[in-house]
Formats: sequence, structure tokens, C-alpha cells
Amino acid sequence: MSDFPHTPPKMSWTFSNEVNAEIRRAAATGIYDIRGGGSKRRLPHFDDLLFLGASISRYPLEGYREKCATDVWLGTRFAKKPIHLEIPITIAGMSFGSLSAPAKEALGRGATAAGTSTTTGDGGMTEEERGHSRTLVYQYLPSRYGMNPDDLRRADAIELVVGQGAKPGGGGMLLGQKISDRVAMMRTLPKGIDQRSACRHPDWTGPDDMEIKILELREITDWEKPIYVKIGGARPYYDTALSVKAGADVVVLDGMQGGTAATQDVFIENVGQPTLACIPQAVKALQDLGMHRKVQLIVSGGIRSGADVAKALALGADAVSIGTAALVALGDNDPALEAEYRKLGTTAGAYDDWHEGKDPAGITTQDPALFNKFDPILGGRRLKNYLKVMTLEAQTIARACGKSHLRNLEPEDLCSLTIEAAAMAGVPLAGTSWIPGRNGGF
Amino acid sequence: MQSFDLAANGLRALNSALHGLKGQTNMTAWEIINPKGAHAIAAGVDAPVDITVRGSTGYYCAGMNKQATIRIKGSAGPGVAENMMSGTVIVDGDASQYAGATGRGGLLVIKGNASSRCGISMKGIDIVVHGNIGHMSCFMAQSGNIVVLGDAGDALGDSLYEARLFVRGRVKSLGADCIEKEMRPEHYAILEELLRRGEADHKARPEQFRRYGSARKLYNFNIDNASAY
Repeated sequence: MSDFPHTPPKMSWTFSNEVNAEIRRAAATGIYDIRGGGSKRRLPHFDDLLFLGASISRYPLEGYREKCATDVWLGTRFAKKPIHLEIPITIAGMSFGSLSAPAKEALGRGATAAGTSTTTGDGGMTEEERGHSRTLVYQYLPSRYGMNPDDLRRADAIELVVGQGAKPGGGGMLLGQKISDRVAMMRTLPKGIDQRSACRHPDWTGPDDMEIKILELREITDWEKPIYVKIGGARPYYDTALSVKAGADVVVLDGMQGGTAATQDVFIENVGQPTLACIPQAVKALQDLGMHRKVQLIVSGGIRSGADVAKALALGADAVSIGTAALVALGDNDPALEAEYRKLGTTAGAYDDWHEGKDPAGITTQDPALFNKFDPILGGRRLKNYLKVMTLEAQTIARACGKSHLRNLEPEDLCSLTIEAAAMAGVPLAGTSWIPGRNGGF
Repeated sequence: MQSFDLAANGLRALNSALHGLKGQTNMTAWEIINPKGAHAIAAGVDAPVDITVRGSTGYYCAGMNKQATIRIKGSAGPGVAENMMSGTVIVDGDASQYAGATGRGGLLVIKGNASSRCGISMKGIDIVVHGNIGHMSCFMAQSGNIVVLGDAGDALGDSLYEARLFVRGRVKSLGADCIEKEMRPEHYAILEELLRRGEADHKARPEQFRRYGSARKLYNFNIDNASAY
């Protein structure tokens, strides 16, 4: 050994241990990685925005005395029976099949107790879910698993799903290990086989056809139900505009942090735009058409707290939707189950192999031995608590900004911590009046 | 016979009246005149009534039908009888794309030809086509039967599940995982019954058909089959 200083071992940023491990895994198995959840990248997000709060020119509201309302109407454009929610935080579509029946029941219980809606998924409507959900949104998906006119009519709204933030342009796959007798029966497929969900609807293509499809759904339900159109964060300006043109009552916009039950990791991490970047584009489309607040905008993808809710609303959304956060509230990835996660080769907080059906929390599984450990009443209570806390947090911020209703929050209440977030969200960089790209359009 | 002039009274009034029909109605026979290619005619009916549409229809005629017998005295636009649950829909002329898409029950009869994607994602419906069907028909078809007296276009039955496909004429090509299968006695019985119900028993005999179904090689993902996806 020389006494001279030597160059220490140098790891590559490009070929990091994580990257190399994935290369070795691919080489050994010959198959891409499939997982649940949304993007795990460090993306520009609501954390990069701050509220300014009141000052001499803006009067705050007294936190414990002056009212800050939280309700929202959805579907006021065409539906005879629009939806009125007590809070602007809804539960996103997650299928029975990807989730256990008790987990779906818990979502319905929690949402109902908190005064909001929950949503079916790519597997039809279950009795547990309908029975425990005061307001239930019924998804109309390319697979049409379980679709029937009776469930359309007993839904409170219909969500025509065009895309999903985790995989804009992608279909779905429920692997055979989660296809129990009941799931198979609801989907009209043999037990134990992988169930592919198409990426396009089977009986329409493009915005003009979508307009006719919406007409048909309205006719079948006698124009009673609000029709939502759910889009992934691909081209939010144009997709929002085309949804409005096709007759949507509500646009649901899901950014790339939005979760999925199971999709290729390469898809989740490399397709779509961050939620923060999507919202202003959708709002601009609505404003350009004179339809902002007339067609409501629901935003999802990475909503975790009342601050995120307030920021999304300030950017122009009418409501938000949560999926991953709701599962965490139910008990997903709880450190109390660390020993079980270790047996699966993972750790609490990182568990995302939801497609394998081995979830020790009993949420993303069809194994009775696992889902019977999950208490839907307790789960529902936890979700209600979480929704209430998020609402209180959003109200706290809104009052500090002088708003008597959450919907009165506006971009002017915000500043940005980074140049990237300033450009994406269209709010000034903190300490400046600079909004990068503002004069360049989208 | 209840006669409804669609051009004069509008789609909403029509479907509202049809949705108002319940099980024991005496208004069991309807005719719809002047359809003029309108969309969603008689969509969402749920009563054991007979409806005759005198002319051609636009998209989604008889969509999600339950119980009703609906006759189209003309041709049908895209998605006729889509997601039908039960009942019968008979098209005297041709049908455009996606005829019977995702249908879960009942019988769809097309006396002319059907365009592409006929029976796409079908989930239990029976379809009888007197003429030909277009490309990508029965894509991801899950359950039910289709009987084609004429020819089938490219990629018949691509990514098929458990639906049975009976074709009398030429199949231009089979889609991924779709193969010809043996005709067994139960298949002749199914065909005989469907030809009769499909008003085609005077045109064809069961023994003239070939059966196609799933090879079931794509039912569980295997990297060795990647080129088939």
C-alpha cells in the first residue's frame, strides 16, 4: 500500500445500486417489474408551494369563531340530480378485486361519515360498497366488468374513465392470484386467470364518439346522474376541453402521482405529468371555454393533507380525490405490520406489490385469511377521522387567507419555492413577481 | 300499437316513455317512425315489450336492453345492443362497428353484414349474423356465442377468453391465441338452436360451420409469449 492518498470507491449516479439491482432482476427473471401505487420520484409537488396568509391588505377570519364553509356541488351543468358533498375531498375509484370487500366497505363507511362520496372501480359495484356509501360514483371503464343498467341507475353519479394518472394510455391487469370465485363471477371470467383491462373503450373512439356515449348514458339514466369524465395527466388542456365539449358535468384529473392497483414500474415512472403541472392547464381550458365552476374539476394524484387540498383548490379545482392516502388511513403500510412486511421482502412504507394479493393489512387482497383480519368498522372510523383532519387543516389555511369558503382560495394566495413549481403552477416564485413561462403560454 | 314519431317528439320523450313501462303494462307493442339515424333510440328499456323502429338508427340503439324485443327495419349505427342484458334485437339491414359490444345476455340478430369489432368484449350475449363480420371481431370476447353465416375479417377472436365463435365462411386470419377447435355434439346443438332463434335455419345447417375458441395460452402472463401481446 502506498502512503499517497488514493481515490475512494466512486459510485455512479447514473448506474446507482438501485438501478443496477433492477438490471440484475430483469436479467434473472425476463419480466418487467409490476407494482401498485403511483410515481415514487421526487416530483415538483404541492410541497413546493406556500400560502401567503393575510396581511394589512387581506383580513384573516377568526379561527374558532368565523365560519369557513367546505361544501361543494358537483354535476350542476346537466344532471337533474347533482351531488352535494359536505367536504371537497372524495374517495377515488378503486376496484373490488384489487381491494378486498371489507376494505371497500370501510371506504364507504368513512366517506359517508365524513359527508363525501366514494367510487367503484374496474370490477363492478358490490353490495357492501353500495350499502355503506351514501354517495357512490359508478365508474364506466373500458373493460365494462360488471356493467349493467341497474347499477347505473342506483349510482349517484357515473364516471366515464378515459385515463388514469399512473398510466395514461394504459389498460389494467389483475393477476390471477387475486381472482377469487367472487371476483371471477363479477367479471364473467374463469377463476385464476390474469384479467386484462383494455386501454380503450370497446364501443367508441375519440371525442365525437364520447359525446354520443355520454348521451346514451344520460338517456339510460333519464338525465338524472352527473357524468364525470376521468382523464390521466397526459394533455390536460386538450383533454379537459374535449371532455367539456363532449358534455361532461365534471372533469376528474389524475396526475402521475395517482396510484394504480398494478402496472409496470416503467409506465408509472415515465408516462404522464405531475399533478402540480396538470391543474393550471385544466383550469385554463375551463376558463377559455367560459366553463370554470360550471363544469367542476376534481384533482387527484398525491393529495395527502389539508394543505394539499387547499393548494389544489387555490389553483382552481373544485374538489380533490384521494386513493393512496385513504388506503394508508385504513392501515396500508403500517409499521405495526413490519414483521409481516419483512417476510415479503419489503418494509413498511415501501410495500407496493399489491397485485400479489398477500397484503398483511388485508386491504389489497382476496385471501380470506388476510382480509378477515381487517375490521371495516374501525377502518371506516379511521378514514372519517383522517378526512375530518384534512378538512380542518384546509379550513385553517383558508381562514388565514381571509376566505369564508374553501372554494374562495385563489392562485393569488400562493407563492412558489422553486422555479420549476412556479412555472408549472403559474404562481410567482417566493420573493418575486416572476412566473416563468407566463408570457409563453402553455 | 303505440306509434311514436321520433322526429316530431324527440329522443328524450321516447326513452322517458319506454322507461316508464313496467312489467304488467298493456302497451306491449310500439313502433317508432322517422328515426332518421338518431342515437340512443330505445336505450335502457327494461320491460317485455315489442318495439319496431321503422328506419335506420344511429349509435347505441337498444343499448343495455333488458327484456324487450327490438326490431330495426333498416340498418344500425355503431354499438347496436351494446351491453345488452336480455331480450332480442333484430337488425334487418347491416350493422356498423361494435355490434353487441360487451353484451351480457339476450340475442342480437343481424340479417345483413356487421362491420369491425362485432361482439367485442362480449360477456354472454348470443349473436347471429347472416352476412359477414369485419376485422377484430370478438376481441377479448369473454363468454357467449357468435354465429356467422358469411366470412370473418382479420384477427378474429384476438385475445379471446371463453366465447364460442362459429363461422361458416372464410376466416381471413385469426387473432392472437384464437384457434380452430373441434365441433362436438353440444356445439351442433347450440348452433341448431341459434340458427332457429336467429331466423337463419332456412339458410344454413350446423354441420357447415367451424368452431373457433381460445388456445388459453395467454391466460397467465408468460414472458415466452411476449411476441403475441
